[in-house]
Amino acid sequence: MQEGEIPTLPRGVRLHWDRVRETWVLLAPERAITLDQVGHAILSEVDGHRSFGEITAGLAAKYNAPQEQIAKDSAGFLGALRERRFLEVS
Amino acid sequence: MTTARPPIAMLAELTHRCPLSCPYCSNPIEMARQETELATQDWARVFAEAADLGVLQLHLSGGEPATRRDLETLVRAAREAGLYTNLITSGIGLTERRLDALDQAGLDHVQLSLQGTTPEMADEIGGYRGGFKRKMQVAEWIGAIGFPLTLNAVLHRRNLHQLPRAIEMAVEMGARRIEVATVQFHGWALKNRDALMPTREQAAEATRIVQEARLRLKGTLVIDYVPADYHSDYPKRCMGGWGSTGLNVTPDGQVLPCHAAQTIPHLSFDNVRDKPLSEIWYEGAAFNAYRGTDWMPEPCASCERKTVDFGGCRCQAMALAGDPAATDPVCIKSPHHVDLQARAEAHAAADGAALVYRAAPGKAPEPAE
Ligand code: SF4
Ligand code: SF4
Repeated sequence: MQEGEIPTLPRGVRLHWDRVRETWVLLAPERAITLDQVGHAILSEVDGHRSFGEITAGLAAKYNAPQEQIAKDSAGFLGALRERRFLEVS
Repeated sequence: MTTARPPIAMLAELTHRCPLSCPYCSNPIEMARQETELATQDWARVFAEAADLGVLQLHLSGGEPATRRDLETLVRAAREAGLYTNLITSGIGLTERRLDALDQAGLDHVQLSLQGTTPEMADEIGGYRGGFKRKMQVAEWIGAIGFPLTLNAVLHRRNLHQLPRAIEMAVEMGARRIEVATVQFHGWALKNRDALMPTREQAAEATRIVQEARLRLKGTLVIDYVPADYHSDYPKRCMGGWGSTGLNVTPDGQVLPCHAAQTIPHLSFDNVRDKPLSEIWYEGAAFNAYRGTDWMPEPCASCERKTVDFGGCRCQAMALAGDPAATDPVCIKSPHHVDLQARAEAHAAADGAALVYRAAPGKAPEPAE
């Protein structure tokens, strides 16, 4: 995942509040992925406009954490979604 | 008794009617007649109950779900209930207009079945002339609308050589995912083992092709693979564990722990017409019969894989060992394993067996639009 790349959730992949289990999940074809706080925080920033660099900078400011660390964690998480075709990157 | 967690997925078999008659159909031999099918408002209520119970994923299946004239209304009801809505279809009965209406109604995903990669093969297996051509047309419309698409190829001895082309077709159609499923011997497929059982060599070749394609198409196409189980050493995990992850509702409202559960004669099933879905899930006798691991006999009871595969498939144990609580005969630890492998070889070597096509339920299927 490069700084300038723009991640998007493609059609058919969406965030969903699971009111029964009281947690955020990512719904995708044949999958429901339970999101922890970090996963949810990252995906909430994915809007199809902002770049990966902008997203991680925003999160670093918001959570008062080093951007490098956030970029590293997010890249792994988003990379796994991308491999399953739950995330597109332009 | 284990405490059950809420289910994640529900398969709604909207109807057993279908214009195709695939010889491996998973529908029961005794099919529900049209006049016994749940009405639109019954299904809408069941979807709402399912969402309240914790179901996230709804699979609309059949038979052919497009045979129901109210499919668009049902999709809307499912989305309003908050469910992720997946349509499992052969494509027959869908028109451009109906697909647009399904798009409007909020359909999330389409899973299109593939009987073969050529008209000759597909129409022979599906038992429906012109079906392949129609399906290709429907695939184009699906792509034009932009529905996320999974291609679902069912493979067996007659069409396994078409696997490489099936994978290519998925890429050409813009599918994000293909399910490569070797035929599972339940329902009508049990009658067709002589015609459909893959050879051991074919099964190994399929695994090789899948592994190669997964590497080559990484990031382009996700390949989910169901290997030939009679040729395996360990059984497949059943439904993620009986009564742990999913449930099925039949066209007439019976709630099953799995699509083949009706083949187990001692089980009785509750109906959504009589009881709320949550009561059926948590307290129903059929769901509790094989939930967890307490029911297991040896060798499963003391096996380290018991929470990996949950002793395999109950319906397969019934069909092959005559005992639904037995270890799945696919398992290398089952006393029936050796016999099963010998039978698999014999089925695979059977020459010239004719296909036994699935019959139609009570009433003749409606013509496609
Ligand atoms: S019991 Fe068998 S047929 Fe039923 S879901 Fe489990 S694996 Fe499938
Ligand atoms: S003995 Fe039972 S639990 Fe162990 S691998 Fe075989 S089927 Fe699974």
